[in-house]
Amino acid sequence: MKLTGAEIIVKCLQELNAKTVFGYPGGSVLNIYDEIYKCDTLTHVLTRHEQGAVHAADGYARATGEVGVVLVTSGPGATNAVTGLATAHMDSIPMVCLSGQVPSALIGNDAFQEADTVGITRSCTKHNYLVKDVTQLARVIREAFYIARTGRPGPVLVDIPKDVTSNVADYEDMGGKVDIPSYKPKVRGHRRQIARAYDYLVRAERPMIYTGGGVILANASKELATFAHIIGAPLTSTLMGLGGFPASDTQFVGMLGMHGTYEANMGVSRCDLLIAIGARFDDRVTGKIDEFAPDAKIIHIDVDPTSISKNVTVDLPVVGDIKHVLKELNHQLENSEFDKQKQDYTAWWSEIDAWRKRDCLAFPQSDDVIQPQYVIQQLHELTKGESILVTDVGQHQMWAAQYYPQEAPRRWLTSGGLGTMGYGLPAAMGAKMAFPDEPVVLVSGEGSFQMNIQEMATLMQYNLPIKIAIINNNFLGMVRQWQEFFYESRYAESDMTFTPDFIKLAQAYSATGFRASKPSEVGPTIKKALETEGTVIMDFRVNREANVYPMVPAGAALNQMILL
Amino acid sequence: MKHIISVLVENESGVLSRVAGLFSARGFNIESLTVAPVDDGKQSRITLVTIGNDQIVEQITKQLNKLIPVIRVANLNERAHVERELMLVKVAAEQENRAEVLRIADIFRSRVIDATTSSFIIEVTGNSRKLDACYNLLQPLGVVEMVRTGKVAMSRGEKGLEKR
Repeated sequence: MKLTGAEIIVKCLQELNAKTVFGYPGGSVLNIYDEIYKCDTLTHVLTRHEQGAVHAADGYARATGEVGVVLVTSGPGATNAVTGLATAHMDSIPMVCLSGQVPSALIGNDAFQEADTVGITRSCTKHNYLVKDVTQLARVIREAFYIARTGRPGPVLVDIPKDVTSNVADYEDMGGKVDIPSYKPKVRGHRRQIARAYDYLVRAERPMIYTGGGVILANASKELATFAHIIGAPLTSTLMGLGGFPASDTQFVGMLGMHGTYEANMGVSRCDLLIAIGARFDDRVTGKIDEFAPDAKIIHIDVDPTSISKNVTVDLPVVGDIKHVLKELNHQLENSEFDKQKQDYTAWWSEIDAWRKRDCLAFPQSDDVIQPQYVIQQLHELTKGESILVTDVGQHQMWAAQYYPQEAPRRWLTSGGLGTMGYGLPAAMGAKMAFPDEPVVLVSGEGSFQMNIQEMATLMQYNLPIKIAIINNNFLGMVRQWQEFFYESRYAESDMTFTPDFIKLAQAYSATGFRASKPSEVGPTIKKALETEGTVIMDFRVNREANVYPMVPAGAALNQMILL
Repeated sequence: MKHIISVLVENESGVLSRVAGLFSARGFNIESLTVAPVDDGKQSRITLVTIGNDQIVEQITKQLNKLIPVIRVANLNERAHVERELMLVKVAAEQENRAEVLRIADIFRSRVIDATTSSFIIEVTGNSRKLDACYNLLQPLGVVEMVRTGKVAMSRGEKGLEKR
């Protein structure tokens, strides 16, 4: 069947089961948009900025586990997408971004709306393509989806010159099948390495499980729970891994790292076996690298070989898909006498319990000023912890991680690796698009929220009601906190001084706005917001100089925490 | 320590910038790099020389393997191998120096590939040290310009890089 490039793109999207496209039209992609217009199986969401489109596709991908799809035009369309791609790349989110390009004959001529998109996005995508020949288009799109979702997932960009979208070629539905000889991600872990893991586990007296976003990406929560329960060791998670293991489980000791709990950081510093699963020893997690888990042998299970021994030397690497590896490991543990052979952890757990008693997340309540932590606690209580929780980046993000415990995977969406302010609103929109019947709450700051505030219009156009809690301290709070601690409180350019009236702003977008300035107003405001139809902005005027505790200063060892 | 790394890649546009970009983005060094199509032109073979400790070189090989168009990566330092480099040197030589230039060329078993009444171009192949030595002797005689290819290398014995 002979089709134009634009028709092939739409056919391929259908073939690959893509249902939702987030994008923004422009000259180079008009042919593609014309085909989308004619197609009834694809829903297109017109965002108000390309960055919003990419974050929305990212939120959609994180919430569903499917590949997020983005469509942008050439030049500024593609460059606006870069931050979103980098965000998805750092957090390994499966995504395909189709970008228009000027006609092949004009490439390199500094044509109108031309940018070297493949050059610009090379280092912020897992892979990218420039399609110069329409006969290669279908193959490239299939490969892009395959590369995006397999191995360690990530964003893939396909740059398509305008003439390629009008040229014709044969198209045949291949059911998404691809063959890339140079790309064969490893799924099964090495048998002998898995067998050796058993020996490490049996000998350990103070084991600790450290999980990351890889558990979520591999859909391995069930296998992780089985593993953790067989071992019976304390389990800590990175910011990205939250929800991979239920926070209510007694084995869960909270998040580790710069703003981790006292018990998690002390535990990691003291354990004699660290079992890292789908985590990459990020500097925000390890603190001073030489003093990270100094007494521990380290087992590292990860799908990406480059993550292993990148920052911390690993004693036993197992490369493979986490779900597969954990299944095999669990099988081995279940069919052995591990229970009888393992060491007694009673002393280890009493150490952990003593650290837990420090109650590091306790904070002073106040009658006249709203404590930001209290807002998150109330949100958790009044949503019964059942909302999909999306955050932006900064202090509110850390408080949301600490005070809104996650019970299940894919319900906690946050920009971890890149730390992209402005991620939250569009990502929440993407999650709502995927799950229209689920409550979606965005916790943001007045700084982050203003970075992609334009997406309020998209929310309203597509009737995607979300509840937005702005933790408003009129400061770039995390910057201010560092300035207080490390720059003798010289608040250089972190005081926002002027912020818009978020109530009026909500009204301008035909949404609803509520404000809370006193602690007694917090609960009622949230209740009112949850009962109100449509999108609601809650403006919480909180303690301006509250800090995130515990805190491991940059470059300090994990057990050197500043506590409240 | 210097390492010679052989990389077999799909011969497609942009693959060299992916490899070079990886080195600059991750702060790895490239001392030399040679690349040309091999087989029927569907693949290219890159030989690159890099400097780093074992941990860095392990990361380099892993990161190279992670690039989608990379088919195979081998660190030739881990096995017996041969390496060669090619150098062209243009020497401005008149009358009294001409015989000396030719003598030096002869010592290094190099060839004269261009001669005029006032110059020679000498082609030398060998390992880096031989090329350095030859150049150092020619230099005082009036080197105008010099160009080197960077190393190409392969492992000794019957096994090749293409065979997995």
